[in-house]
Formats: sequence, C-alpha cells, structure tokens
Amino acid sequence: MASTAAVVHEPALEHAHADDRPFIRKYIFSTDHKIIGIQFLLMSLFFLLIGGMLAMVIRWQLGFPGRAMPGGGVLPETMAPGGIVLPEFYNSLVTMHGTFMVFFAIMPLLVGVFGNYLIPLKIGAPDMAFPRINMASFWIAVPAGLIMLAGFFVEGGHAAAGWTGYAPLSANPELTGVSLGQQLWCVSLIILGLSSIMGSFNYITTIINMRAPGMIWFRLPLSIWALFITAILVLLAMPILSGALIMLLFDQTLGTHFFLPAQGGQPLLWQHLFWFFGHPEVYILILPAMGMVSDIIANGSRKPIFGYTSMVLAIIAIGALGWGVWGHHMFMSGMNPTLGTGFMISTLLISVPSAIKTFNWMGTMWGGNIRFHVPMLHAVAFVSMFVIGGLSGVFMATTPVDIYIHDTYFIVAHLHYVLFGGSLFAIFAAVTFWYPKMFGRLMNPLWGKVHFWLTFIFFNAVFFPMHGLGAQGHMRRIYDPTEYEFLAPLQGVNRMITISAFLLFTAQIIFLVNFIAGWFKGAKAGPNPWQDNGLEWATPSPPPHGNFPVTPHVYRGPYEFSSPLAVDDDYLPQSRKLETDREPAVLPAGD
Amino acid sequence: MAHAHALTHDDVMRPPAGREPGSGVYNEKLGMWVFLGSEVMFFTSLIGAYIILRFGHPEKWAPPGEVLNVPVTAVNTFLLICSSVTMVKAFASAQDGNQRALRSWLLATVLIGASFVGVQVYEYAELVHKGFVPSEGLYGSTFFTMTGFHGFHVTVGVLCMMFVTWRAFQGKYTATDHRGVEVIGLYWHFVDLVWIILFTIVYLI
Repeated sequence: MASTAAVVHEPALEHAHADDRPFIRKYIFSTDHKIIGIQFLLMSLFFLLIGGMLAMVIRWQLGFPGRAMPGGGVLPETMAPGGIVLPEFYNSLVTMHGTFMVFFAIMPLLVGVFGNYLIPLKIGAPDMAFPRINMASFWIAVPAGLIMLAGFFVEGGHAAAGWTGYAPLSANPELTGVSLGQQLWCVSLIILGLSSIMGSFNYITTIINMRAPGMIWFRLPLSIWALFITAILVLLAMPILSGALIMLLFDQTLGTHFFLPAQGGQPLLWQHLFWFFGHPEVYILILPAMGMVSDIIANGSRKPIFGYTSMVLAIIAIGALGWGVWGHHMFMSGMNPTLGTGFMISTLLISVPSAIKTFNWMGTMWGGNIRFHVPMLHAVAFVSMFVIGGLSGVFMATTPVDIYIHDTYFIVAHLHYVLFGGSLFAIFAAVTFWYPKMFGRLMNPLWGKVHFWLTFIFFNAVFFPMHGLGAQGHMRRIYDPTEYEFLAPLQGVNRMITISAFLLFTAQIIFLVNFIAGWFKGAKAGPNPWQDNGLEWATPSPPPHGNFPVTPHVYRGPYEFSSPLAVDDDYLPQSRKLETDREPAVLPAGD
Repeated sequence: MAHAHALTHDDVMRPPAGREPGSGVYNEKLGMWVFLGSEVMFFTSLIGAYIILRFGHPEKWAPPGEVLNVPVTAVNTFLLICSSVTMVKAFASAQDGNQRALRSWLLATVLIGASFVGVQVYEYAELVHKGFVPSEGLYGSTFFTMTGFHGFHVTVGVLCMMFVTWRAFQGKYTATDHRGVEVIGLYWHFVDLVWIILFTIVYLI
C-alpha cells in the first residue's frame, strides 16, 4: 500500500528546502503564493493612491468650484486649464475614481492579496493548486491596470460614463465625446475579469483539495470561509460582466446594436447584466473583509468567536441571497412595481445574516480581555462603520424611500460607509495584522494608532454629513453645486467635507511611511506576534518557500482563545497536539 | 491489505497524500470543472442577451435558412459531435495504456476540431460577402458575437489539444496517469455541448 502513487504528487517537504531560485523567478515571475500576494498588495496600494488622488480633485471642484486647484497647473489643458477642472474631465474623474477603487484597489486588496497570501497558509498547504496559473493571474492584472491608466492620455480623454458604464451613454461615443478612452476601459476590465476568474478557480480548488490533515470544513478560519464563498461569487459573476463588456465594446467598435435603441437594442439590458454582476460584486467587496475581521476580533478579544457555525451560515446566506437582489439598483429605471417589491424584500432579507454577524462580533467582544492593538482598532471600526452603512442600505433598499434619495449624496454616503468604512478599514486591519507574517517585521504601533484615529475621525467628517446633503436633495456626480440655487445653503458643508477629505488623504501618508519604514526598520516580529492560533503563525515569519517545514496536523478550530486546556498561554494553536487529542485520519497515498 | 493489488486508475488519480480528504478527484480535474462553471456563466450572458433582444424585436430576425447556410452548418455540427466521440476514444485508449490508439484518436480530434473552425471561417466569409456583417441589425450583432466566441473557444481547445497530442507522442500519458487527456476532454465536451445549444437557437429556431 505504501508503494502506490507517490510519484504523482510531491509532498510538501520537498518544497520547504533552501530556496535557490534566481531572483527573477523568486520575486518577479514567482509562482509562490506569498510573493504573488505581496505583488498584488503593492499593485493595489498604488491604485488605491491613484483613486484617492482622483477623489481629491473631485472634492476640490465640489468645495471650491471654479477656483484654480493648488498644484492643478501640472494637469494638461485638456483636463484642467489653469488648474480649473473642466466639466468633461470631471465626468472622467468620477468614472475613474469608482473604477480604480472598485476593480483595482479594493477587489485586488481583498481577494488578490489576502486570497493569495492566506489561503494556503491558513489551510496548511505548501502552495496553491495551480501556482503557474496564479502567477499568470497577477501578470494579467498588471497590463489591465496599465491599459486603464493609459486611458487618461488618449485623445478625447478617459471613460466618462460613470463606473457603471450605463448604455447608451457608454455605447455611443457621440454622447460623451469619449471613444478611445471608453474602449480602453472595456478592454482593461475584460482582461482584469480573466485574471479574477483564473484566481477564483484556483482558490476554490485549493480550499477543497489541499487542506492539511484534520482541517475539516468546520475548523476553517472564517477568513477562509469568506474567501471561499467570495471565490465562488467571482467565478460566476465576473464572466457576466465580461460578456456585457464584450457586447459594449462591439457596440463601440464593430457597430453592433446590443445596447443602442435605434435598431432595437436595449439600454436596460446593460443595466440588468451589469447589476447581475454588480450585486454579487458588492459582496465580493465585503465578505472577505467580514471574514478577516472575524479572525482579528477573536484574537483581539482573546475569546472564541461567538457563534462560529452561524457565522459560516451567514456568509453562505449572504453569498446566495446576493444573486437575487440586483434589481434594487434599478428601481428608478422603469421597473414593474411588483418586481420592485420582490427585489425590495429579497434585499431586506440580507440584513438578517448581516445582523447575525454584527451581533456575533459584539458577542465575541463581550466580556473579553480586549487588546486594542492596531488591527483590533481597525476591526472594531469596521463593525461600527458597517452598521451605519448597513442601516443606510436599508433606506436605499426600501423602494419608496429610494425614489426620494436616489442619485443623491445619500447613496454616496452609504456606499462609502460600506466600501471605505467597511472594506477599507478591514483592509487596514488585515494589512497591519498579517504584515509581520509577510515581511517578518512589525509596523510601528504608535504611528499605527495615530493613523487609525486620524483616519477614523476624518472619514466620519467626510462621509457622515453627506447623508444630510443627500436628504436635502444634493445630486451626486454634479460638476458645480453652486449652479443650483437650492444647494446654496449647503455649500459650507461641501467646503467642510472637502477640507476633511484633504486631511483624510494626508493622514494616509502616515500609513504609507509606516508601511515602507516597517519593511526595512521594523522590529523583528517572530513567528507569532499576536499570539494567534492559525496555522500561518506556526511557521516562521516570513514563511519559507513551501510554507511548512513539516505538513501540520490540525487538532481544533482556529478560535481557542482563553481555553482552560491551554495551561501556560491564553491561546491554543490549531496545530498544537495535547495529550487528549487524537491524530486526524490522514488520507494515505492511494487509499 | 486491501490495496496490495496492482495499481488501478482509481488509485493514482487522486489528491496528494497527507491531506484532508477533499473532493476525491485530482486538482486539475476539479479545477477544470470549476472553471467550466465560469464558462457556463459567460455563455449565459451572451445567450441571455440574445433571448431578451429577440423577444423584444422578433421581426428583426430572418426566418431560418434565409440568411444562414443551415446545411453546411449542420454538417459542421455533425463534425464537432464526431470529435467528441474521438475524444472519448482517446481517453479510453489512455486508460488502457494503448499509446498508438491514444495518439491516433487525439490526432483525429485535433483535425476534426480544426476543420470545424475552418468551415466556420468559410461560413463567415460567405456571409460577409453577402453583406451580412456584425453591424447588420440585432441579427448580425447576436449571430457574430455568439458564434464568434464559440469559435474562439474551439480554437483555444484545438491549440490545447495540439499540446496534449504533442505530449502524447512523447509518451507522457500512461495507463495510471493521463490527467492532461481527461482534463482537455472535459473542456472539449463542454464546447461541443455549447455548440449544440447555439446551433439550435441560432440556426434552427
């Protein structure tokens, strides 16, 4: 029995030897999931910065319309002559801020970075199931990003039809005056979609087939559960967007008529396809955040996560319900009211699993020995900001209310409370939490706390007043609020928001410096600086090529904090064998 | 010792040792099945758009056979179905360890697949010559997009199949390990299945 099939797959041990690959295979065209994760991290932080800079220009125009932007003189005449933003460029700004943030910052940060970095480490695998496809998925994402950037420099400017690319505005170049920019936008997103699909089937296969002995499904960390469900959403939602983008691209280039009404095409079809992708996308952008925050809150509270099974079921429920709610983006598009009611009810249903998760996070913290380390601060901020964003989501989902607040700053406030207050705070939590594992060094905790508090305060100063703006009728995506008489009393709020936004952006420099300084000068982290239970903390920081010197065996779930069984510590790693533990049934070769 | 007997196909094509039992199939096969789920959604977006547009304006579609050359495409459909049969024969030969048969059947699949693409190119050329182009109303838009992307998938399949065939000629596939043959086979049957749906809804209805 022992002599059977070992030839087919090498065991992890052979990988864990000293790594003598040349530099280019080790750090550039690497097949190591950890390097690919860090590559995605650097790429998406770059695009996060770009997206943030676009937001600053937007805010300047809204706070001080018609005034020359400080430093705006560097922009070419076609964008901002004399530092004054042109209306056409403003349309590109809102479009590209959304596009970069959703597709090139938040999505790769959550799925590309932590999917790659955490999945093999946390399930006890030496690498992904398909390391070369993994490498390809990163090196396909890079040209997609470059093509998207190139759009700013082509004739006619960049795409200007909003990040949702509504047809016929996006399909007919005569309507926006943008042709090449919009085509590059389509091409870039089609390529990025391919990259995401390659990543997602890799993640799914890895999680199903490559768990270490004893890592049964209900011992998986919630971050892995969330990434697993997210990968399924990416796998099934991205191709819908790809198909829609291909049709849109053909409308622009080959003269087809999918979304152009003159020949019988249907603009509403674009909206349906886009949001059939777009709503699962919303959960792609929040589920991994929820999962990683669960890990961090249990660690910071030194308590087992409250209601593990219900957390898993809530993730699955959100992932499943997310497919049946896309119509709530289209209440104002001329929908049969009965259908609208259906979409309203299905949308409101999602607040049930979301509330289960929120109460479980609070239940986890309740009575815990809370350690407010930097990741924990960001994680708690995630929960509280997500509650605000979730509650304003209930407003948006309720059709009669939505008809009133549709297309106002209320929606801008809502989506930033879930995407910035939610996803981005979770990303800060996750980056600071796993940074020592990635780089072997700690970020400075004091500056980390300064960054957290400044971000938290100015984030709320920027986005909370937007609820009020929206309720008073301030439209979104407008170029100049002073053009409207009824918005004149609100201009002071707009200016306050703009100044807060600049401070919010400036505060991020602290994070950037801390990130870079920690890489070279941070204190050595040791294998387990947070005293956590996950398998990734049972291997050196940073882990060697192949991750584990010996394939770990798993004896319990990942949240055994303050366990009475752990005599000396208040935590009990998943791979620590107690006398009472039985060896997991290992699947022997060929059996 | 229940497993002391000689190696069988089932023994080898399994997840690596020292793992928690996963899906029970090896990574490449599981990965291909999952990837095909994504492909289903891709064709769903194109076919779904076609159905919605056609129900919206049925008068924009010519009756079957008026514009499209149905007999030629019917023969082409038959060719593609035949290539699925040769694919099955190739896989069976791989399981038997019959190298000569494996190579012949793979080669046959490559040739038939390539001729399918060839006939489609001929069909396109003829249609364009007649003035039926992608910008020709909703009919042209949906026809060229759907059949074009299917043709693209067949082309990719033929290229991958050529790679598998090249490896087969090097003797890389044994009776105990022939994962490449099985995985490309899954993709090939999927592309064939999509064509049967497309042929029905585009050419016959």
